[in-house]
Amino acid sequence: MPGPLGKDLLGLAPLSADQIRLVLDTAVPFREISERTIKKVPTLRGATIVNLFFEASTRTRISFEFAEKRLSADTVNVAAAGSSVSKGETLVDTARNLEAMKIDMVVIRHSASGAARFLAERIESNVINAGDGTNEHPTQGLLDMLTLRDRFGDLAGRKICIVGDVLHSRVARSNIWGLTKLGAEVAVCGPRSLLPNAIEEMGVTVFDRIEQAIEWADALNVLRLQLERMQAGYIPSLREYNRVFGVTSARLEQAPRDLLILHPGPMNRGVEIDSDVADGPHSVILDQVTNGVAVRMAVLYLLAGGKPELAEAAKKGNA
Amino acid sequence: MPTKPTTVLDARALDRTLRRMADQIIELNAGCENLVIVGIQRRGVQLAERIVRIIEAQEGVTVASGALDITLYRDDLQTVGPRPVVGATSLPWTLDDQRVVIVDDVLYTGRTIRAALDELADFGRPARIALAVLVDRGGRELPIHADIVGRRIDVASDQRVDVMIEELDGRDEVVVATRDEEG
Repeated sequence: MPGPLGKDLLGLAPLSADQIRLVLDTAVPFREISERTIKKVPTLRGATIVNLFFEASTRTRISFEFAEKRLSADTVNVAAAGSSVSKGETLVDTARNLEAMKIDMVVIRHSASGAARFLAERIESNVINAGDGTNEHPTQGLLDMLTLRDRFGDLAGRKICIVGDVLHSRVARSNIWGLTKLGAEVAVCGPRSLLPNAIEEMGVTVFDRIEQAIEWADALNVLRLQLERMQAGYIPSLREYNRVFGVTSARLEQAPRDLLILHPGPMNRGVEIDSDVADGPHSVILDQVTNGVAVRMAVLYLLAGGKPELAEAAKKGNA
Repeated sequence: MPTKPTTVLDARALDRTLRRMADQIIELNAGCENLVIVGIQRRGVQLAERIVRIIEAQEGVTVASGALDITLYRDDLQTVGPRPVVGATSLPWTLDDQRVVIVDDVLYTGRTIRAALDELADFGRPARIALAVLVDRGGRELPIHADIVGRRIDVASDQRVDVMIEELDGRDEVVVATRDEEG
């Protein structure tokens, strides 16, 4: 029996507004578990989850692992380096071998867009996309939305601007899908070389100047500027990027209202965001990290489906 | 054959019952010292709040109270179909060496209370845990019993007990109705 989210969480594009709201609503009570002395509930006891990370990640991997452990699941971490992936094993072979060891869920991070879907279509286990190429990073989108909702209540009509390297950002895509579904107005701002062509078709406004974005928005989601982009010729220099697009306190002081500042991490202080903004009173960057664990617990809980054949038998007994 | 729902407690009777239960809680604990009253989501929480207000008014003390959602401790999570909705747990007190009274609306199979005991154990080691329920309808599947019972009624397994309270349902009433498909 598929759960309320279906078998897998591959992105926010395939989810309905109600499904997104369900995850956010479910995440709220999960936050309290991390405040307890014993930060653990027995919900996923007996479930085995493999964290399959083909790409470097600290925050997301640790966040998933905390979420899994706090729900009492058994977890195994597989990193590409040091596994048979480095010997040339294909993604499907790796996953099928893991499945042969009787697992229940796979959390996958991969540099290829569509890797999570590719895997989900080929294995029985639930698949959670922890970031695939430049496609989506749904749990990041959900935790950003939870953080915004904590401050704004309803997201409908709220103005969120995503700043920076939107072109290479799966975080941006998940944010755009999710936020627009919940009725928020979304804009992007960055150098044209780092904005996808026809981004307007996703229903977003484009600002070429950060000053315009700051005047318009209720919140800025500042993306990390990947330093490799400079070598690749997308931007002239980091210093110039900071001068033109950097989120600085001097710029924020010009805003007609206090802006909420989000950043998915890891930050390049002094490039896309200045330290006094990142550590300032309107920064919710650490709330995002806290919410990340709760959102991932909610996703794990909602995906870990009941067994239909046992459900009938259980129905008789329970009130 | 569906029959008309029968009222077991009306608003006045429910209020009287809660007052008696509040007295019994004080008696059982020989006062209000170290008392923590914990309601089980959902309707147990509101019933617990009312009992707390009665005790506070009567004894002139402040009583610690909290809410417990046992969903994540259910023993049927591997088998139930759609995921049950998770409610809020709020226990801002240490439970170590406290005298905890669990409050719930209906005691039936005892599985909810089993889950609540497991969850409370993760919050600390109370000196004692007691159970107070508004309605005990019998039908236990586990060796669990209530220390304080508002109303004991015999209900057939094809019937259900609906506790309705002002805060959530707009009125105070306990009825016995024929179970259609509610599990």
